[in-house]
Amino acid sequence: MSDRHLKYLFVLPAVIVVLATAFWPLLYSLLLSFRTWRLSRSAEPGPFIGFENYSWALLEEPDFLNAVWVTTVFTFWTVLLTIVIALGIAMLLVRGGPLRMTVRTLLILPFAMSPALIGVSWRFMFNPDFGLFQAFFATIIPGLADVQWLAHPQLAMVVVIMADVWGWTPFITLMFIGGLASVPQESIEAAHLDGATKWQSFWYVILPQLRTVIAVALILKAIFSLKTFDTVFMLTNGGPGTATQTLAHYVYFNGFKYYDMGYAAAVAWLMVIPMLILTWLYTRQVFQSGGR
Amino acid sequence: MVGAGNRRDELIQTTLIIIVLLVMMVPIFWMVSAAFKQSVDVFQLKLFFEPTLKNFYEIFQPPYVIQEKFFNSTIVAGVTVALAIPLSTFAAYGFSRFKLRFERTMFVGILATQFVPAVVIVLPFFVLFRDLGLLDSRTGLILINLSLVMPFGIWMIKSFIDGIPIEIEEAAQIDGATRLQVVTKVVLPLAAPGIVTASIFCFIIAWNEFLFALILTTNNAVTLPVGLALFKAEEGELWHYIAAAGILIMVPMWVLALLIQKHFVKGLTMGAVK
Repeated sequence: MSDRHLKYLFVLPAVIVVLATAFWPLLYSLLLSFRTWRLSRSAEPGPFIGFENYSWALLEEPDFLNAVWVTTVFTFWTVLLTIVIALGIAMLLVRGGPLRMTVRTLLILPFAMSPALIGVSWRFMFNPDFGLFQAFFATIIPGLADVQWLAHPQLAMVVVIMADVWGWTPFITLMFIGGLASVPQESIEAAHLDGATKWQSFWYVILPQLRTVIAVALILKAIFSLKTFDTVFMLTNGGPGTATQTLAHYVYFNGFKYYDMGYAAAVAWLMVIPMLILTWLYTRQVFQSGGR
Repeated sequence: MVGAGNRRDELIQTTLIIIVLLVMMVPIFWMVSAAFKQSVDVFQLKLFFEPTLKNFYEIFQPPYVIQEKFFNSTIVAGVTVALAIPLSTFAAYGFSRFKLRFERTMFVGILATQFVPAVVIVLPFFVLFRDLGLLDSRTGLILINLSLVMPFGIWMIKSFIDGIPIEIEEAAQIDGATRLQVVTKVVLPLAAPGIVTASIFCFIIAWNEFLFALILTTNNAVTLPVGLALFKAEEGELWHYIAAAGILIMVPMWVLALLIQKHFVKGLTMGAVK
């Protein structure tokens, strides 16, 4: 067989699998989102209702807007904290030496942990009776001694953010260490000879050269923050009340607790839209930076 | 003067690194130590305790029988990888070596699926598996996990094949090898390290997967991360058992991750960072 046909045979099986496992569900969800379907009442999808599921979410359902707000707050803080802390740690670790290399190797441990397990372990740490962090914060800030972190709306959010930042910072740090390694040492030395302080050379020499890596990390982390489910589910299950209910958790609840499939599909598609924008930005960035 | 400043600098840096190390390792250490504690020691927040292996023994007994979940996780992740990697390898070769119609569209499309929220993917699969009788089956989980690992597999293997000089293939073709022979006899052996790396990477992703398994399994096909929710009693959660099961989940993945640590970052950013 000639290459002209063979080359498509190489690619097609994988393309078909991706179409079937990822694109088909996307389209099917889109179709469902225009129908009413209570799985608990009927085994088959109900009638076409136009944009009613969407207008219900956007105009009349405070829990949806709450989930949008929670997801926004969560994404803002986790992206900001992860990027800033990871950049700081990367600067600390970029020089070699036994201590730094050990820490670099250990960075992979939190990242290889299942996010669900991270959620569980943080719930353990903040157990009001015998949680280690509970005890730690009670010691340094006596006012927090009697506070039940996970039962308090704002503090529960703080814990969810902390757990996520803890899980993601090591990975983003490794990304930044990779980026820092490609900053030419001469440019830093040149700045130093010109009398620049350390801060100045960080701001004016190192940071500009990390722009691409930071942009990629930012978009990537934003995407993963927007779809956060595992950690939240295991840590707070959206609670107390709906204080930490992210959009993914909200879709899960409507689809698989209330069995309102049409509505869940509509909300899921409302999630897909910002994703598409971020993904478009990301692939542009990847192809620009010579990813291929 | 400069020397003194540098020494002070180094001291500050070392202190900060140690703080980083503590923040990173203390939650892990606390979890690991709970796995070796008696339940009384867990509930008393003890730092020093007499270690026991009893928890590991208990979670293998009824009603927990964690080995069943371990088996499910291994089969699901293993078969997912076994199906995904051959397909990904051929596709990666195709994308790397040929000009195709709609190449860019197909390639970006495949990458983009990685960013679709899992909860969108799972709704239709739930309906489909209900109709096919695949709810709570390992087969179902394997099918849906393919959507998760294929993009990574294709991208990682492609970046390895990109690094193999095309002249080697041309030389083999001049010697009379067909295209398929070139792929199997020349390219595959050279790309083997990349294929192994991609396999391990995909295995870790499938092993840690949570949402699909949570929604699509109830009993027979429950995997380890979902199984964590089992350790509940009337008096509350059984943290010493959860911690022991946690070790079964994370330690094998640590070993695998350390094997491929150099490629880990590259894999997850899909080559955006070299």
